[in-house]
Amino acid sequence: MKKRNLILTIISIIVLAIFIFYADSNFDAYQVRILNLCAIYTILGLSMNLINGFTGLFSLGHAGFMAVGAYTTALLTMSLAAKEQNFFMQPLVAPLNSIVWPFLPSLLAGGLMAAFVAYLIGAPALRLKGDYLAIATLGFGEIIRVIFTNTQNITNGALGLKGIPSSTNLWWSFGIAIVTIIVLLSLINSSYGRAFKAIREDEIAAESMGINLFKHKSISFMIGAFFAGVGGGLLGSLLGTIDPLMFRFLLTFNILLIIVLGGMSSVTGTIISAFVITIAQEVLRFLDEPMNFGFAVVQITGLRMVIFSALLMVVVLFYRNGLMGSREFSWDKLIKLFKRNPLVKGGTK
Amino acid sequence: MTLDVFLQHITNGISLGSLYALIAIGYTMVYGILRLINFAHGDIFMMATYFAFYGVVIFSLPWYFVFVFAIILTGILGIIVEKTAYKTLRDAPKISILISAIGASYLLENLAVVIFGGRPKAFPTPDLFNKVVQVGNISVQRLTFIIPVVTVALLFMLLYLINKTKSGMAMRAVSKDHETARLMGVDVDKTISFTFFIGSMLAAVGGIMWALKFPQIQPLMGVIPGLKCFIAAVIGGIGNVTGAVVGGFILGIGEIMLVALLPSLTGYRDAFAFILLIVILIFKPTGIMGEKISEKV
Repeated sequence: MKKRNLILTIISIIVLAIFIFYADSNFDAYQVRILNLCAIYTILGLSMNLINGFTGLFSLGHAGFMAVGAYTTALLTMSLAAKEQNFFMQPLVAPLNSIVWPFLPSLLAGGLMAAFVAYLIGAPALRLKGDYLAIATLGFGEIIRVIFTNTQNITNGALGLKGIPSSTNLWWSFGIAIVTIIVLLSLINSSYGRAFKAIREDEIAAESMGINLFKHKSISFMIGAFFAGVGGGLLGSLLGTIDPLMFRFLLTFNILLIIVLGGMSSVTGTIISAFVITIAQEVLRFLDEPMNFGFAVVQITGLRMVIFSALLMVVVLFYRNGLMGSREFSWDKLIKLFKRNPLVKGGTK
Repeated sequence: MTLDVFLQHITNGISLGSLYALIAIGYTMVYGILRLINFAHGDIFMMATYFAFYGVVIFSLPWYFVFVFAIILTGILGIIVEKTAYKTLRDAPKISILISAIGASYLLENLAVVIFGGRPKAFPTPDLFNKVVQVGNISVQRLTFIIPVVTVALLFMLLYLINKTKSGMAMRAVSKDHETARLMGVDVDKTISFTFFIGSMLAAVGGIMWALKFPQIQPLMGVIPGLKCFIAAVIGGIGNVTGAVVGGFILGIGEIMLVALLPSLTGYRDAFAFILLIVILIFKPTGIMGEKISEKV
């Protein structure tokens, strides 16, 4: 049984690789970019889902971690000439202005930096619960953004960074997305994962069963932040330009929308809804453009975002569990679906 | 810094603090009764300024009439938000309600962008508020005096409402325990709606005075004041109306003083509130005037 599932998983990864190979050479730049965004949002959604969905910590500071990752990666990968061009107001500080790293170590550095920031933030913030944690992490996210706006000689302040080498391609984004999925799935099914879920269900009960609350919360928070940082680095490299305004609360809101729509504690749901929402945001772009109703041409700028916020409300109000709830995709279920006589385990029915 | 300059900063701080206080009351009331951060409160505040703006500019009605009308309209908007976004989720897990609140906030902002346009608009200020008064060597806009007076007057009216009237008693009962209050014959839904009505009206007063003081309005103007006023409510002790006012004053005066005393930190002004919040949450999580809540197992 297990062997069959493993083989099926490997086959599907190979199929995905063939698809990427095909897409890389045959799709136009716009489609490739959307696919990249889908994969990056999958990474970001999963990282936030680990903190919010699986550990039950309502954290709203995700944009801050992404900003840390994006800036670290960008500053490490940018060519010296590009750095010279960007920092005309004030020169870049010492070690950064003379080093250029390859992409992968920079991404990892971005992730580690975000995890380190999460460690610093977590020390005070994770003592808080519920609403207070939400508002404190939101506050920390904003503080990171304010700091980045003011440190002219490190982040170039409000001007942002331009000319980040575009290393992100489909292989990078999907490769890292798959690594993220594998790491998170094994984490969730390990003893740590069970401890996270226990904390989510009931903190006091978890503590009395001998789970170190603070340690496990920190671990979840830092791993989530690590992947958020990596996702941020990929995003910065994909867009080629970043500035502090990009990392407003709106970005956290977008990722929150993904995990709520997908189901708060489902990896599969997050993956599906990351693709659905990213593609839908592009498909619904026509809403912002002039629309011809036959009798009049109407242009309502901003309608797309109204639809999206309304969508979030509808999901929360009427489908509280999202697409998948806490269910996961598994080969067993899929195969059972196609078998004529479904047998319950043990074979009595 | 001379005494005059210092007093000038203090008056500015007090008037900013009064605005924070008015909005913070709405947060604290809703939190007290529903245990919910009403993320949409900042956007209700924004809506109030637009109602007043359109009343004065488009319908060219006299300002006092428009302001009263805008305040009542905002109160009704508060009830609508409560009925649509929160009422159906009363028994849902907390995280769902919080997400619904964030959703409501974004919906209001985006609707405002679509309906009112994203470009900032200049808010008309009646001459009555604009006159500059000289007190010794300090020159102060009349509005700077009016704001704290209005805030304190409204605070006393609210305290009377909460502590002396029947609906205030119902509010206090519901904030202690929904079920027991219902058994005692209190109409819980009505009381919650009434709380949103009062809180939103206070936000509207704050919003209109905010727009008179900083006469530029745009759809996202409520976000940062909204967050800061929630912080003010937490600092004062959430659930406590007097505490919210105290927290508002601390935040307002602190912010102005930070910029005045340490001009090099001006860029960090918006981070000040969050740092204060985190310090308070670590050392006194229930706030300055909050009651201690023990955890039930």
